[in-house]
Amino acid sequence: MGKRDDEIRARQRSRALVLGLILGAFVVLVFAITIAKIKAGMAH
Amino acid sequence: MTVTTAPSPDLPAHARDFLALTKPRVMTLVVFTGLCGMLAAPVAVDPVIGFTAILCIALGAGAAGALNQWYEADLDAKMRRTERRPLPAGRMDRETALQFGVGLAAFSVILMGLAVNLVAAAILTVSILFYVLIYTVWLKRRTPQNIVIGGAAGAFPPLIGWAAATGGVAPLPLLLFALVFLWTPPHFWALALFMRSDYGAAGIPMLPVVAGELATRRQIGLYTIPMALTALAPWALGLSGLVYGVVALVTTAVFAGLVLRVATRTTGPDDKMVPEKRLFAWSILYLFIVFGAVVADAWLR
Repeated sequence: MGKRDDEIRARQRSRALVLGLILGAFVVLVFAITIAKIKAGMAH
Repeated sequence: MTVTTAPSPDLPAHARDFLALTKPRVMTLVVFTGLCGMLAAPVAVDPVIGFTAILCIALGAGAAGALNQWYEADLDAKMRRTERRPLPAGRMDRETALQFGVGLAAFSVILMGLAVNLVAAAILTVSILFYVLIYTVWLKRRTPQNIVIGGAAGAFPPLIGWAAATGGVAPLPLLLFALVFLWTPPHFWALALFMRSDYGAAGIPMLPVVAGELATRRQIGLYTIPMALTALAPWALGLSGLVYGVVALVTTAVFAGLVLRVATRTTGPDDKMVPEKRLFAWSILYLFIVFGAVVADAWLR
């Protein structure tokens, strides 16, 4: 049973890592979009 | 549908199974035609906004792919080509796939609406709903013309790309939509001619299974006529220039030549199906070349 839990933990850990990286990339994207929108706004 | 096709998985699904759920290989074509639609537009797009638009098209297509696999897990289990997908192989439960698909669809549409524009978001929504509801749920299992309808779903990206750049639609992206739409039947039926046994096993009414090989060959020929006219229309109507016209004329002539061979021949049981495989291979290259030419032509003008 302990080994089974370890497997589930390991799978959860790898999924959390991937999701963390995606969220990090999303933060960067939203920042870049914000800058792009502000620049477009200033050009008008 | 309450059919369970595989035992419920005892481990949480792996991240790579979520990726497999989005059909990454289909996404390549969708991203390419979407990008071409955007680059052919007469408006320069901010690179970040352009990237976001293409990302949203890819995520929307991925969501449609996931919802398609959620609905079709029972069919996928019956075909060798698809039996290793996460759901039929029992690596993920259906509920997870449904939540992932719906979540990803909503995310892609909302991001498109907030970061790009509402017209692009609206067309993206229509394309996802069309693929999932009209194609997957309604028509795929009911009519041998299913692939024609599926083609319409795959034809939306150039429209979305153009709308992302301009905030509207125009004759040129509508012709690109029509081109992908009319290209899909010859493209897919060429594949179905040399893959037919698998679809028969799953009970999907693919044209070669239902109507026979001869009817399929005739239909490939018939759909190629409006496809060729549509491919040449941007040039004939003056929407694109000589570069596009020459490329479209040459590549479409090759396409028509390969179709003529496929449409007019009859085969025995041991046939290697070489002309059909050749047509299928060329059809993929053809779409890439023609869309590339649309962009090249727009940039040269």
